[in-house]
Amino acid sequence: MDRKSTFETEAEERVRKSKALVSAITVRFAGDSGDGIQLAGDQFADTTAVMGNDFATLPDFPAEIRAPVGTLPGVSSFQIQFSDSIIFSPGDLADVLIAMNPAALKVNLAQVKKKGLIVVNGSVFNEPNLKKAGWKTNPLEDATLRDFQILNVPLSALTQTALKDQPLKLSEVERCKNFFALGMVFWLYSRSRDHTVEWIKKKFAKRPEIVNANLRALEAGYNYADMTEVMPVQYEVKQAALEPGTYRKITGNEATAIGFITGARLANKTMFYGSYPITPASNILHDLARHKNYNVKTFQAEDEIAACGAAIGASFGGELGVTATSGPGLCLKAESVNLAVMAELPLVVIDVQRAGPSTGMPTKTEQADLLQVMFGRNGESPIAVVAPKTPSDCFQMALEAVRIALKYMTPVVFLSEGNIANAAEPWKLPELDRLPKIEVNHPSAGKGPFLPYARHPETLARPWEVPGTRGLEHRIGGLAKADLTGNVSYDPENNQRMVEFRARKIARIANDIPEATIDGPESGRLLILGWGGTYGVIYEAVRNLKREGITVSHVHLNYLNPFPKNLEKILGQFEHVLIPELNMGQLLFLIRARYPKVNASGLNKVQGQPFQTKEIEEKIKSIW
Amino acid sequence: MSEVRDFVHKVVPDWCPGCGDFGLLAGLKKALPGVELEPNEVMLVSGIGCSSNLPGFINTYGMHTLHGRALPVAQGFKLANHKMTVIAVGGDGDGYGIGVGHLVHAMRRNIDMTYIVMNNAVYGLTTGQTSPTSGLRMKTKSTPFGNPELPINPLTLALGSGCSFVARVYTGHVTQLVDVVQKAIRHQGFALVDAFSPCVTFNKINTHDFFKTNVKDINKLGYDSSDIHAAFREAAREDYIATGIFYQKERPCYEATEEETLHVPLIDHELGLSEEDQAQLMAEFI
Repeated sequence: MDRKSTFETEAEERVRKSKALVSAITVRFAGDSGDGIQLAGDQFADTTAVMGNDFATLPDFPAEIRAPVGTLPGVSSFQIQFSDSIIFSPGDLADVLIAMNPAALKVNLAQVKKKGLIVVNGSVFNEPNLKKAGWKTNPLEDATLRDFQILNVPLSALTQTALKDQPLKLSEVERCKNFFALGMVFWLYSRSRDHTVEWIKKKFAKRPEIVNANLRALEAGYNYADMTEVMPVQYEVKQAALEPGTYRKITGNEATAIGFITGARLANKTMFYGSYPITPASNILHDLARHKNYNVKTFQAEDEIAACGAAIGASFGGELGVTATSGPGLCLKAESVNLAVMAELPLVVIDVQRAGPSTGMPTKTEQADLLQVMFGRNGESPIAVVAPKTPSDCFQMALEAVRIALKYMTPVVFLSEGNIANAAEPWKLPELDRLPKIEVNHPSAGKGPFLPYARHPETLARPWEVPGTRGLEHRIGGLAKADLTGNVSYDPENNQRMVEFRARKIARIANDIPEATIDGPESGRLLILGWGGTYGVIYEAVRNLKREGITVSHVHLNYLNPFPKNLEKILGQFEHVLIPELNMGQLLFLIRARYPKVNASGLNKVQGQPFQTKEIEEKIKSIW
Repeated sequence: MSEVRDFVHKVVPDWCPGCGDFGLLAGLKKALPGVELEPNEVMLVSGIGCSSNLPGFINTYGMHTLHGRALPVAQGFKLANHKMTVIAVGGDGDGYGIGVGHLVHAMRRNIDMTYIVMNNAVYGLTTGQTSPTSGLRMKTKSTPFGNPELPINPLTLALGSGCSFVARVYTGHVTQLVDVVQKAIRHQGFALVDAFSPCVTFNKINTHDFFKTNVKDINKLGYDSSDIHAAFREAAREDYIATGIFYQKERPCYEATEEETLHVPLIDHELGLSEEDQAQLMAEFI
């Protein structure tokens, strides 16, 4: 478009702009849940991936699809840190906040660095909106924001001006303002608009008028930033030195879906995915449902119990049964998971943890289902538990969950978290032909009677026979099983033996998983032991402290049951072990119970929000 | 060709002498060879309860699942492995009480399978509490002053839930039972067979004598089983207890509406990571 037509005045008085090179930047978009904040954030992240930076994101949105407009509970935000070096956390405080309304400013002000830049949509800082957000006076007119650089941009008005000749309703014009803001941020950080331009064209292909309007808003925002004198500096973040390869942006749930498709393929199995909609696991179902061409059968059941039961039925039928849920659904599935424990069938249960108890805070993150997956079933019921540590790590751990379930004929819990599920990072595409195949053997009829509980001498797994085979007719179920035959048995000695078999089977998985690795010295005063999605912030806290001369070590667990074989030895090499978790000390409980000599303490947070790097650093300093 | 003896299992049923479930077991063993099924082609799935022990007493593939959860497991199994003939069995507490949510959805979903509910109007395995089909004011251990609740009518529930085959039998009338079960198995879609199966120990009202006196086979009365209004009428009548096939209407089963993934059973899909697949999958990743 012709810049002059819209911003003639600014163009004539154009100021000389300078360019500054920076290493890492944290940007935070915030607005109403209907303002397209997540969309703008996603586009920024996509572009950042294309431009070769490393990055990590933190989306945070309300559970209500559209909370009342302009209110504090309706605020949605998206934070991204991008860098010219390897990073794993979305950053603590933002260098830049884009606040689309007074409520967004109110909720997010504490998340901005002192001297940071705050871009506010001045068009909507009027009396009613200020009141809804709980501002007694207009923060743009008093001293509230004196510690920050404020850029008051009438985003709504400027978007309307830019789109004045477009055949759109005012409400549709208003919805384009996120692209105006995105355009400004693209300019500020020297980002290319190409990816977003292509995306808009594809996304709204059926409505050319919307394509035009959004493209125009994006362009207008970019040009506005280029020409306005209040943005004198443009920043640049160089490419990160990532390993060579093809990269894409991936969220945890996307990597989970792709990981299970690939895992099933490597095992030469079709995947049966039984699921019931629940936040934040639902988009795994959406992703898989459109991948039927890879022999994925998705089944949306009437409830959580049926979803798990159907997956178990499919596993008995000879397929890979997978079910997914979050904490409340896991409670409902517990009895079914135990059926798979007794029947010794492969089953993967994906639990994308959210803040509990009960319905809790559905869209907020937590790590408080660990003890539930370990112990939340009746009887002696050990199962394997794996946990991804970053969004892209979900791919690798999905393969591991499939491998362990099929090889050991056991339920495996894949313990993800809301924060991993929705967050994104760059992912280097794997070389599929290098991924190890997952071997599955189905027995064929032999001469003697078929013994469904005759165990593999090494793994202790029972054979997985496919019903339909002549001569292998047998019956399994939830009643106690006789050794070898699997007939119902109330024999006391037999029950003791079978309970011990199942426990040893799970314990033996430790021989078949990677040993834990230490980031930092192998012994010393302090070890930070983490699991799951706290990886990024612990990694960065440890790295930052090293620069300050405080050297601590970090071990991060991907395997929670069983633990890696060398864990006890590692823990024994440290005077103190600090376990930061988004719960009240669940891994701490397990470590203390298992290794009572280890001097361990916790750092615990249950606010529905991930740790900030700073919080980890401060805790380490306090016990150092 | 199979025979009845191919289905005989060496484990002897532990039901009380005279239990109605014996009739169902005998009828089932007789029905299966008649529809040309071999033991390895049949999958019996059950819930929990006296009647749910049935898969342990017959030589087929079988799974004894959880209380109320036979249908989810049976449906998942069928979708993975739909060359097998899947028959779910259980009692009235299992299917009409704790598992009734699954039943309603299974009926509207219409996966090709048969569900036989051995209905004795009492919780037998837990020694005689009131069940979802116990009559109003019936005295049981848990309702010593009489059951305050109206019993569920499984047939009108089925008709209202889109069930494509709705039938009722009394397990003491084995000839009718065999005929109805065979038709249920042949039916393409979800078939519900409510089977009166007297509990001789805990239900002194709905006894063998009671059913022998009160049931009437409506299929012998020139009844039209394609008429859903007639089916509702027969299912709700109180002057006698109607048995037989109340309603049968074929409609596309779930497998047919999910043809793109289910035109062959999942377990028979050609798999492996061919070079073509790999290229396609990688393209999908990007």
